[in-house]
Amino acid sequence: MPTLRESIMTAPTDAVASPVRRKPLWHRVLCNWSVRLGGGVLTLLIIMAISAQWLGTIDPVAMDPSSGNLLPGTTAEFNNLSGDSFEHYFVMGTDSLGRDTWSRIAFGARVSLAVGVAVACLALAAGMLVGILAGYFRRLDNIIMRIMDSVMAIPSILFAITLMALWRPTLLTVVVAITIPEIPRVARLVRSIVLSIREEAYVEAAISLGTPTVMILVRHILPNAIAPLLVQGTYVCASAILVEAILSFLGVGLPPDIATWGNIMADGRTQFNQFPQTVLFPGIFLALTVLSVNILGDGLRDTLDPKFNKRGG
Amino acid sequence: MTQTNTAVLTIENLTIDLPSSADRRHAVREISFQVAKGEIVCLVGESGSGKSVIAQAVMGLLPQTLRHANGRIDLLGESILDLSEDRLRQLRGASMAMVFQEPMTALNPIMSCGAQVDEMLAQHTKLSARIRRARIIEIFQQVKLPDPERMYASYPHQLSGGQRQRIVIAMALILKPALLICDEPTTALDVTTQAEILKLIAELQRGSDTAVLFITHDLGVVAEIADQVVVLQLGEMVEQGATRQVLQQPREPYTQMLLASVPGLVPRDRPPVREAPALIRTNGLVKTYTSGAWPRRKHTVYAASDVSLQLLPGETVGIVGESGSGKSTVARCIARLIEPTAGDIYANGLSVANLQGRDLIPLRRVVQVVFQDPYRSLNPRRTVGQSIIEGPTNFGVSVDEAWTRAEELMTLVRLKPDALHRYPSEFSGGQRQRISIARALACDPQVLIADEAVSALDVSVQAQILDLLNDIQQKLQIGILFITHDLRVASQICDRVIVMQRGKIVEQGAIRDVFMHPQHAYTQALLAAAPGRDFAFGIA
Repeated sequence: MPTLRESIMTAPTDAVASPVRRKPLWHRVLCNWSVRLGGGVLTLLIIMAISAQWLGTIDPVAMDPSSGNLLPGTTAEFNNLSGDSFEHYFVMGTDSLGRDTWSRIAFGARVSLAVGVAVACLALAAGMLVGILAGYFRRLDNIIMRIMDSVMAIPSILFAITLMALWRPTLLTVVVAITIPEIPRVARLVRSIVLSIREEAYVEAAISLGTPTVMILVRHILPNAIAPLLVQGTYVCASAILVEAILSFLGVGLPPDIATWGNIMADGRTQFNQFPQTVLFPGIFLALTVLSVNILGDGLRDTLDPKFNKRGG
Repeated sequence: MTQTNTAVLTIENLTIDLPSSADRRHAVREISFQVAKGEIVCLVGESGSGKSVIAQAVMGLLPQTLRHANGRIDLLGESILDLSEDRLRQLRGASMAMVFQEPMTALNPIMSCGAQVDEMLAQHTKLSARIRRARIIEIFQQVKLPDPERMYASYPHQLSGGQRQRIVIAMALILKPALLICDEPTTALDVTTQAEILKLIAELQRGSDTAVLFITHDLGVVAEIADQVVVLQLGEMVEQGATRQVLQQPREPYTQMLLASVPGLVPRDRPPVREAPALIRTNGLVKTYTSGAWPRRKHTVYAASDVSLQLLPGETVGIVGESGSGKSTVARCIARLIEPTAGDIYANGLSVANLQGRDLIPLRRVVQVVFQDPYRSLNPRRTVGQSIIEGPTNFGVSVDEAWTRAEELMTLVRLKPDALHRYPSEFSGGQRQRISIARALACDPQVLIADEAVSALDVSVQAQILDLLNDIQQKLQIGILFITHDLRVASQICDRVIVMQRGKIVEQGAIRDVFMHPQHAYTQALLAAAPGRDFAFGIA
């Protein structure tokens, strides 16, 4: 049958069924319960931080020594130092100086979340640049990674304390102090991703198509490295929130009059036995935030990690 | 155990459901066949035909997502699907054993080969350590491993691929199982090694009357080894029968199509190549890799040495050889993906061996590459269209113009132009390879380097792609440098062929001369090892 071979060869190949269209990526991400839970709680916390002044709060730094150490759920007269006087419902009680704990927590959330997001963004950006240079340009690799190793050898808390002593303790200083020790971690990850992607056949194809190196990095390597980076970003964010709280708690972060969760806990520490609520409430919020960021990260990893969708997607 | 017939394995109406998200309902549907004592049954089918799922089901190793199996699998009278995990564990190794595709991953890299086989014996028998060792040395001799004592103490990475597969076979056979399942055991091996392993399996099986369930996609291997054949397509049984009968008088159209797609070893007639100046010429090309740093001695490996070849317009030159022969190294040097250590490369008369960066643009316009793995050669995050117009826009063509050309190319590679807006993940392997070819052609190259471009494809798709390449070559008069390990494929598309071994060219000439009257011992060995060589494929 001489026609058989021909019939195979000339068969209209458009008729070959293409694989089923997969659900779009964002759809798969949003269907993941870890993403929903972590993302949901985190969204609530962000809303809380942004709209702090409308959530039954008063000035977080206003003091009234006469209403110090109130128990949660007390309604009392509040006389601030400028002479105003009004009734207030203290949901979470007050600290020894009579500052409203709930107000301080709600406003303190702004600091924690801002530090977390800022550190994550900066560390990712810097780590990505360093990692790409080290991963793609093999000659730079040794120099850059040895520098990164030495940065990694610096104890991060001590480094932060030094920076605070050298510069003024502002939000920017805190962010920089936490970012720098995080960069090597991100850089290592990016380098390893770039090392594996640059061996992919589509990168070689791009080279033989005459694509300039910069475009290869931007078009082919970066987009395929984004997913694991995003996951790493959430872990950096969680760790940054914790480190900021630690610095404040140790008294080397933002000045004690600014409401941050670490500062609130530090203030309550001396009276922890009698009035545990001043430490407990910010502690709960801190744990909740870090936990939700980490759960979100786990969910993102499950849906985005290239190991789970090798065949592209 | 009472046995009424000689069937070791009986599969009846086996149906395994796929999870609801899959593109078809059943992994396999209503499969029935038997494997008798001393018989080799081949399950043959293209990718996605469900042949490996059957092997997993027999071993009781189905993944969690495929747990809904109906029907019967009887091994020596026991129903596998109803057995407890404990009983299955007793049966595995003792009554049924498996040989996997990739011996490197089937062996534990941090245990010596002897210890791994010993573990198997210690688990299932109460023999003393001394007797176990003697048994292992004995089986190592049976699988024809050289120097069994040394092999016992060696680690997997110290052995060659063929030796590793022999260890895996030894491990499978040491408890004298009634059923041996081989899942593509020779696919990862070179063709000469494959011939040896097939011979070994056949010998051992005859010696011990083991029943063998042999899974393969290669009809050549089937012709070589099988007594019975079961042909699968998309999880359905298409045809079943004695090997001779199925291969010579296939009843079903699908089997006929498969057989017709297997390229024959007899070279095809090709239009003569006109004399013209060479598109690509290499002169004493050398590529070495150096390992070892001070204070140890430097160790230089010649990946390619003294390779001189040329390629004319409209001509296809094949480079064949086994893994490590340097064929891909030569191709990558010519495409200047790597830099040659010595020698020169001329593209259209221009020496390109030592150019760097932007200076290579003239070469990039002339030479384009199609890679082996269709799943990795397209960026998953860019649409097909973006991938195809990348080359032309790099060379200064406007996006609109490049897009119009891309639409024409889609028709040329027999895809619909609207495919340009879709992502690679929406296409099958063969379709992606067409897209890769279109991307290479978009730059109007004069030379196409196909580096194992059809090796990862199913045989029917392979035939289509080869035909497409032939067709394009006739239309555009481009030169094709075709790298392959598969002599059958080479015979279908090449005008001239270059045989490489350990970085050197051992023989070259017109394909008819080389394949019909091989001069060099290595070429003769390669041709003799081609599976199913006695069987006339491709002339159905």
